[in-house]
Amino acid sequence: MTIIELKKLKKNFGTLSVLKGVSLSIEAGLTVAILGPNGSGKTTIMKSLLGLVKPDSGELWFRGELLTAKAINDGAYRQNIGYMPQIARFEENMTAREMLAMVRDIRNTTASHQLTKYVEELTRLFGLETQLDKPLKTLSGGTRQKVNAVLAFMFEPELLMLDEPTAGLDPIAASNLKDLILAEKKRGRTIVLTSHVMSDIEELSDIIVLLVEGTIYFQGSINELLGQTQERTIERAIARILKSQSTKNIKDHEHSR
Amino acid sequence: MNTAGKIFRYQLRAAVRSRWVLLYAGFFFAAAEGLLRFGGDSAKAAVSLLNIVLMLLPLVSILFGTTYLYNARDFVEMLLAQPVRRLSLFTGLYAGLTVPLMAAFVIGVGVPFVTHSFTSSTPSSGIDASALTILLFAGVALTAIFTAFAFLIASLCEDKALGMGVALVVWLLLGILYDAGILAIVWTFHDYPLETPVLAMSIANPIDLARILVMLKFDIAALMGYTGAVFEKFFGTGFGLALSASSLFLWIVLPFWAGIKVFIRKDF
Amino acid sequence: MTLLQTIILPIVASLFLLSQLTAKTFDVYPSGGALARVVALAHAGDTLLLHEGVYRESGIVVDKPLSLQGQRSGGAVVLDAENKGVSILFIRANNVSICGLTFKNVAVAYTTDNAAIRADNVRNCVIENNTLDNTFFGIYLAKSSFCRIANNVLTAHGSHESSSGNGVHLWRCDSITIHHNTVNGHRDGIYFEFVHTAVITQNLSTGNLRYGLHFMFSDSCVYEQNTFRRNGAGVAVMYTHNVHMVNNRFEDNWGAAAYGALFKDIDDSEVRGNVFVNNTIGLYAEGCNRSIIEQNEFLHNGYAVKIMANSMSNIFTHNTFEGNSFDVSTNSLQNYNTFRGNYWSRYQGYDLNHDGVGDVPFRPVRLFSLIVEQQAPALVLMHSLFVELLDIAERALPSLTPETLVDNEPLLKPYRKPFSHSSLSRK
Repeated sequence: MTIIELKKLKKNFGTLSVLKGVSLSIEAGLTVAILGPNGSGKTTIMKSLLGLVKPDSGELWFRGELLTAKAINDGAYRQNIGYMPQIARFEENMTAREMLAMVRDIRNTTASHQLTKYVEELTRLFGLETQLDKPLKTLSGGTRQKVNAVLAFMFEPELLMLDEPTAGLDPIAASNLKDLILAEKKRGRTIVLTSHVMSDIEELSDIIVLLVEGTIYFQGSINELLGQTQERTIERAIARILKSQSTKNIKDHEHSR
Repeated sequence: MNTAGKIFRYQLRAAVRSRWVLLYAGFFFAAAEGLLRFGGDSAKAAVSLLNIVLMLLPLVSILFGTTYLYNARDFVEMLLAQPVRRLSLFTGLYAGLTVPLMAAFVIGVGVPFVTHSFTSSTPSSGIDASALTILLFAGVALTAIFTAFAFLIASLCEDKALGMGVALVVWLLLGILYDAGILAIVWTFHDYPLETPVLAMSIANPIDLARILVMLKFDIAALMGYTGAVFEKFFGTGFGLALSASSLFLWIVLPFWAGIKVFIRKDF
Repeated sequence: MTLLQTIILPIVASLFLLSQLTAKTFDVYPSGGALARVVALAHAGDTLLLHEGVYRESGIVVDKPLSLQGQRSGGAVVLDAENKGVSILFIRANNVSICGLTFKNVAVAYTTDNAAIRADNVRNCVIENNTLDNTFFGIYLAKSSFCRIANNVLTAHGSHESSSGNGVHLWRCDSITIHHNTVNGHRDGIYFEFVHTAVITQNLSTGNLRYGLHFMFSDSCVYEQNTFRRNGAGVAVMYTHNVHMVNNRFEDNWGAAAYGALFKDIDDSEVRGNVFVNNTIGLYAEGCNRSIIEQNEFLHNGYAVKIMANSMSNIFTHNTFEGNSFDVSTNSLQNYNTFRGNYWSRYQGYDLNHDGVGDVPFRPVRLFSLIVEQQAPALVLMHSLFVELLDIAERALPSLTPETLVDNEPLLKPYRKPFSHSSLSRK
């Protein structure tokens, strides 16, 4: 079953073209890593799905439903999405506990008791128990990122979108987070993530999407990627694709002159 | 409770702990207390306070509001990733900022006046309740207006430095340049009866309107001679009060509404 | 001097004693026309002792030196004109005294100035301790001199200037003493026209429809320790030389055309130790010359001093200006008056040598007041930030305010009078 489908998604920020007609479909239950250089549009894809960014054209489908402007505005579909943004500087005078309560409150979650138990589990996993009642402004960047992770996972959503999830985390927390991701994966959740850490990608993802300057250059499993490029590591494989692409670009460029 | 209400509630709780809000309340408290203690009678203190309110309150509200929304960018993104309508979020955040600022002002200014009215021995130094009420009302309205502008500006301008600049310009326009314009018009068209146009222009600017409403309470109408008489007569009528109230209301609603329009279309 | 002492005084004294010996005292009780009859019967020098009760009489002519006294121990001795359109008492002889009576209900008339007491062309009258209520004009003296009006309480309840009379009204009089009267609710509290060398002390004139004090062509009078409060248009004095106004209070005259004191064509006068507080315009001077205005306090007025360009050679010194919206306002860039050694609460200069005098001159005329003087509607900008900035700019680079209207020796603290009388004036 396809859970996410992007059809010819285009987005410009001013004169900068961030997504140049991206089409992509993601099967439920898979973990998809979107790779690409900085500014290639990885985050914009995630934000488009969340309704944070309004695409100029193209269609977004989620769980077989077209996300119209109205649906995006209503936002009910986001009940099923957990999002872990790259940077998390939240309301400084709130405590982590208040923050979690606030989001829970906003989500109108009915099974609140059970959730609390799960949240407890999550906070224990990240060693946040002693940090919950401190104002967020006193927490370190890594700790905030852990709170951020709890926020994304606490509702056990069908789809998790994790933007550079391990960035800023200490090795233990990072590996805990990866365990958590794998556990969720095992429970059949769909996970979309971006990362610059190749080992993480190798460890976590089923599918790799290579995005360069708003265009998908490759989409497939790791093995397909390695096979296609005749390289031994993802890193080299990607580098090769990018290299061939850039020489082609230069040629195109010269040609157009 | 709806989502906006929930967001407002949590924001309110956070704002109470914000040292900036406390500082803001403390500033008004110190100013009012100082003026009452060392500045003679309460009418005079209220006039001095009027200057502070008209100058600083809009400036602080617009700059604080603009900074606030820029700094809350990540927070806003996180909340927008939840099943929340943008309208609810905008309204909740706006109320969550504006109400604490209003409360800080009202408490900061009101408490010294009320305590002084209880403790002072001479009746003449007791507060003029109606003047204080108007002053507080004006301050509350100005807070709402300039935070609405702040949210509009912060939603409109991606760049924080630009946004702060625009906020400053809006304040300059309404707080200073507008009056320069009035003076220029009075000067240029001095051969014509100007009371009505000046009246209209004053009502059209929230800072001027607030100032005149408070001034009329301090008997300054007498000082203004014929102009004052026209003003006093106008603002004494139900129509005048209704028009003033609608002007202030529009000044809150229009930037707020524009802010929502921009906020809803905006990319994060 | 010798002549006076050796010859005239003994003669006067013995005449006086003689009259005392032959003088009789009549007891008068209220009954129809009783007072008028007794006055007709009495001889010069007699005393009429009026007993408690209401005398419904008016138009009584006192044409010989009599003393009309209300009996002290009893209740009020009331002379009630019952709005009959005529004055109650006419004094037509010298040396009449009217004491301890209550006058009531003199009708408003538009052709004659009816009053409780009218004195015409007399000397040495004494009007003391009387109470006047609703008497149109109160005490009306014409062409009289050496009279004493003291400790009377005059109350009127008029609502229109045109149908109200003045409290104490003097016309062509001289050497009159007006002391410690309370005048309330009349057109003008105290009104002089062509009065000379009068002394006006410790009176309280409040709530009158037009002016608390109003005089014209009345030279060489002395006004001390009076209080003029909450009168419709304050105090207005005109066309007079040699006025001495000392230690009076001008308070709470607030309105579109209200003045603490309006001086028009007042020359060679002294205005000292007065307090001008809470007036729309504290002191307004038009065509005033060579006067000295010193040691006054101008507090919380709209305009403390408004001085028109046709006023010259006046000296303002040792005054205190505090909390006024405008300290000094004028209608011209020319100034021929001197401001020196005053205290200005708005002054922000410094005093390096600690002699109590600021080292930086103070310019009391705000640029904004000049603007307002020319364009009244600009007053709506009062207290606006723009105007404050305008004033700051003008203070930094004076270019539009009168160049010579400057206090080069501004005081850092209010001037302290060697001895203050103002506390004695009536509250």
